[in-house]
Order: sequence, then C-alpha cells, then structure tokens
Amino acid sequence: MGTQSEMPGRRTLSRMVVTTLLVVFSAAFVVPFVWLLSTSLKPIEQTLSLPVSFVPKAYYASLGGTRMEVTMDFQVSKAGAVVRFLSGEGAGTLGYLGPEQLAAQSASVVVVHPVAGGWWHVTQRIDRRLGEGGPRPLWDVLPREQIDSHVKFRWENYPRALAAIGGDAESDRHRVGFMTFLGNSLTVAILGVLGTVISNAMVAYGFARLRWRGRDAFFALTLATMMVPFPVLMVPLYGVFKALGLIGTLLPLWLPTWFGSAFNIFLMRQFFRTIPEELSEAARIDGCSEWRIFWRIILPLSTPVLVVAALFHFIFVWNDFLGPLLYLTRKDTYTLALALESYQTQNGGVQWHYLMAASAVTILPVIILFLLAQKTFIRGIATAGLKG
Amino acid sequence: MTRSERKRLRSGIGFTSLWIVGLAAFTAYPVVASLYYSFCDYSILKSPVWCGLENYHQLVRDDLFWKSLRNTLFYAGLSVPLGTVVALGLAVLLNCEVRGRSIYRLLFFMPSIVPAVASAMLWLWIFNGEYGLMNGFLNPILAPFGLHAPTWLADPAWSKPALVIMSLWGTGNAMVIYLAGLQNVPGELYDAAAIDGASAWQRFCHVTLPVIAPVVAFNAIMAIISAMQLFAQAYIMSEAANGNGNASDGNPARSTLFYTIYLFSTAFQDLRMGYASAMAYILFLVTALLTWMAARLSRSRHGDAI
Repeated sequence: MGTQSEMPGRRTLSRMVVTTLLVVFSAAFVVPFVWLLSTSLKPIEQTLSLPVSFVPKAYYASLGGTRMEVTMDFQVSKAGAVVRFLSGEGAGTLGYLGPEQLAAQSASVVVVHPVAGGWWHVTQRIDRRLGEGGPRPLWDVLPREQIDSHVKFRWENYPRALAAIGGDAESDRHRVGFMTFLGNSLTVAILGVLGTVISNAMVAYGFARLRWRGRDAFFALTLATMMVPFPVLMVPLYGVFKALGLIGTLLPLWLPTWFGSAFNIFLMRQFFRTIPEELSEAARIDGCSEWRIFWRIILPLSTPVLVVAALFHFIFVWNDFLGPLLYLTRKDTYTLALALESYQTQNGGVQWHYLMAASAVTILPVIILFLLAQKTFIRGIATAGLKG
Repeated sequence: MTRSERKRLRSGIGFTSLWIVGLAAFTAYPVVASLYYSFCDYSILKSPVWCGLENYHQLVRDDLFWKSLRNTLFYAGLSVPLGTVVALGLAVLLNCEVRGRSIYRLLFFMPSIVPAVASAMLWLWIFNGEYGLMNGFLNPILAPFGLHAPTWLADPAWSKPALVIMSLWGTGNAMVIYLAGLQNVPGELYDAAAIDGASAWQRFCHVTLPVIAPVVAFNAIMAIISAMQLFAQAYIMSEAANGNGNASDGNPARSTLFYTIYLFSTAFQDLRMGYASAMAYILFLVTALLTWMAARLSRSRHGDAI
C-alpha cells in the first residue's frame, strides 16, 4: 500500500526535476541567439555600455523645451554645470563642464544651471553625432528621473549592415554587395546540392542494386576514403584547380560534388538496400533497362534519403569557410561566410551591432530550412550517426 | 566471364562511373601526390624537388609544430569529453516523458547548424572582455570577491577554454544521435530492471549505458577526428580578438595555433607545401588509427545487435 501511494508523488517530483533542468539548459542554449538579435537591434552606444542589457532601448528627455530622443553617455560623478559656450568651436551650444573645467573656461561660458553628481550626460540624437558634417549635437546633463525610455528595435541596422558588408571588387573597382555574396553562396549551394543528389544516387544504385564483379572491393575502398582528412587533400587539390585555371572562381567549390562523395554514397546505398528486390525483378522481367528501374522505381521511393543528402550538403556549403578561403581570391566571388569574415577583419571589433545583424542574416537561411524540414533532418542525423 | 556477367559489369561501372572519376581525381590523386610532396621541397611556384625525409626531420625539431600539436590535443582533450557528457546528459533528459520534448530538442539542436563563421562572430562578441555577455554576467558575481573575469580570447590561458565553451553550444548534433540510441534501448529491459527494484541511477548504469556505450564511443572518436581539424572558428577568433588580421600567429601568445591552422599557413602563406604535406600525413596517420578504432567499436556493436 505504502509504495502505491508513494509512486505517483515520486514520479511527479522527478518529472518536475527533469523539466526544470530542461528549461535551465535550453535557456543556456537560447541566450546566445537572444544576445545576437538584441545586439543587432541596438544603436552602437548601447552595445558598448555596462551593465549589459538584452533590451534595445530609446531614451527621451526634455531638452530645450522639447521632448526628444537622446543618447545616454555616462554618469556625471562630480558636481558641475551646464553652460552655454560663448566663443570657440562650439559657440552657441550647450555643454557640461566639471568643476575644474569650469574654473578654466569661465570667461567664455555662461552657466545655465548647476548640476549635481549622479546626473546623466546625454547627447541629442545619435544619428547626428555619428554622421559627419551635420549640425553639432547638443550636450546636456539631466537627472535620471528626467530621462525616460522604452523598448525600440533599430531595424534600420539590417539594411545598413548589409550595405556595409560590401566593398570594391578588386578587378574593375565596381562595388560588390551583400546580394553578390548571397548569390555566390546560393550558386555553390544549389549546384552542389544538385550534384550531390544526382551523382551519389546513381553511384549508390550501382553499389546497392546491381551485382557485378569487384563491386564489394570497390565499395570497401569507397568507405576507406571517408577517413582521409581534408587537410591531406588540400595542397594537391589546390594544385589541380590552379592547373585548370579555376582558382578565383566558384567551380572548385561545387564541381567535385558532381563526382560523388563516400559518405553520401554510403547513406543512399543503405536506403536503396531496404527497397524490396522483387520490385526490380518484376521490372526486369517486363524488359525495363537498369536506368529506367533506377529512374522510375528506385528514385521516387527514395525521396527521404535524397532530401537528407540535399539538406546536409546545403548546411555544409553555408558552413564552409576553409574551401572559400582556399579558392576564392577576388571579392566579387566571395561567399557569405567569407564576406562576413572579411568585413570583421577590415572593420575591427567596434561595430558589433552591424556584425551581429549581418551574422543573423547569414544564419537565417539554414534556420528556415531546418524548421521546414525538421523531422527529416533529425531522423537523417540519427540514422547517419547510428549506422555510421 | 560469361556474356551476362560482362553485361552486369558494364552497367555496374556505368552507374559508378562518376565516382570512379571523382575518386581518382579528387581523392586518390591528392592522397598520393600529398605523400610525394611530403618528401619534397615544394612551393607550387616551382616543381617539387625530392629531399627525402628532410621535412619530417625538420618537423620533429620545429617548436611551433609541437606547440600546435599540444594546443590541438588540449582542445580535443577538453572539448570531446565535455561535449560527450553534455550531449549524453541532454539526451537522457529528453528521453524522459515530459511535455514539450520536441521544443527542447529543437532548441538544443539549432546552434549546431549555425555556420561556423557566424557563430565565431557571435562568440567573439560574447567573450569580449569589456562589453561581452560572458563578463557582463561574470564580473558582477566575481566583484564582491575581489576577482575579475579573464579577457578570454585575448588571454593565452583562457583562449582555448573559450573555444571549448563555444564548441559545447554546438553539441546538439551528438545529442540527436544519442537520443536515437536511447530510444533503441528495449523497453522490456527497463521494465525488468524496475521489477527487480533498480533505482533510476542503477537503471541508467546497468541498462542504458551498456546498450549505448558503443554509440557513444564511436561518436566520441568521430568528435576527436573533427576536433583535430578545428579551423574556421579558431582562425576567425584568433584573427579578430587580437586585431592583427593574421590568424597564422595563433595569438595570443600562439595559444590558438592549432594543427590545421599551422598547416594552412605553412602551405598557403609561407608556400612551404612539402612541409605542410608532411604535417598533413602525420594527421592522416593519427586519423586512420582513430578511425580503425571506431570501426572496431562499430563492428562489435553490430555483432551485439539484438
């Protein structure tokens, strides 16, 4: 009796523990994505401020009688004054001066109002401050209570980031932009996916559904090639493509997919073998050629494995960095991954909001693809990983 | 050979013809050429000149070679066990009957398809010493103890651990495989164990682990092989975090000079392709050894299949 009444309680408890752990861990996996998006929607000064915040905001203050958007710069620690400059570069504008500066400058400024410590230094309108040649920004200090804020997403960061990622093509000085890089990535991905699916399906059919002399030895050799690390092939492959005059073009990135790859041959062969042999036999008796059997019977039944191979290859292309780094020399042939890296290298680590926006755009296609084909995808990985 | 045998051979070769060309051109030739180059002085600008074992002799005496090997082993030795534990732990949790499993699985898996360059950018920002999320979170906790979080990628002692933490984020791939392995464990085994009064922990140790251990071992070896070839993330983060635009240094203090990065810069920046080929062949041998172990595990697993 005791155990019977105890069991449900224990089960509920352990279920709660498991759920709690799952929530905590999945939060840890999601936080980087949230940080990516939140940074990409912030103005630059909010990315470079402490304490860190996940919420992109806009600050408002009453300056010169009107309520306007301002940038909070830093907290004023010492008492000073808001002054109007009478001469010099900033003549006519308002500004904050600390006690020492006030003593040094008092001849050319008029004190507008004294300021206590704990106020915030604000700059009017970030756009104007960052832009060149515009009117000088208005500086002021305000107590925290006089500044209000609400959530504001800077979606305009996205088109700006995509514009910033471009550059001059070295060959003829025309500008290449995000669309060029996206186009290059898509070219490599689509031609590569087609090549992967078509060539490997044919080859796998030869290994899975035909009986011929030397087949098994050849298949064993095929499997053995899987253990060759890419760095071993790198130098001679570069030599081959250089001899063919293909360095600096997209061809080295997709051409090889049209000639099969061991992993995909293996994956498809495993699937083809599960299709009942009687189907082929019946067709052969009816006088069908092998090509027809492959094309009309086996392929239509194999969509799941073809989709898995296509998805895997697309993800591979989107992820690939070493290949493009090796073969692409001119900016107008860069893939998205390479363009993103080159933008980072050239602009240093300052414009994090643009860098995160560009990264988000790079990630988006694979996330969409994954969400559309989630089940197929996860089943594919499990099969490949368990049977491997 | 009879006529039908010949006909079958013809169609077999016909269907595999693309792969015959591909295997020869994109695998067999490079594997052989690479071996030849490893015994040569070769710069791609001039044709290779035979120099015997000279490259291998130099490698043994090359401090940077040993440094890159040590860095790589350190990274693999940390990221693979941790990654395996995390992936297996998450898979065990997901294998429990709780609501919303498919959503958790989605969230755990998603980071593993994020392109390496994009995730390198993201973690570069997370690990930013001043304004990054990691230190924004750690510093307020450490401050009362008078401690300060490291600057991660700019600190030779913490650059590799940072890369390991980043690799854990992408562990969802292995998790999916382990989850599928767990779901293959026959339910009767658990029922029998439960009747015998085994606790959850005992069931995990005596039922679950023995069944999925070969899967875990196999995938861990595969993870070691790919950790040995770590490139994109380390290249980008080392280049960016140190602002010198040159990843081949493996900065800071060569702490992120990994094997493949050294190999790449030797081949394509210094144009010492023979030397790089010798490095590649050493990697090949290690990989072959590991693969052989994985294949043995795989065979024993299929032998035990229920």
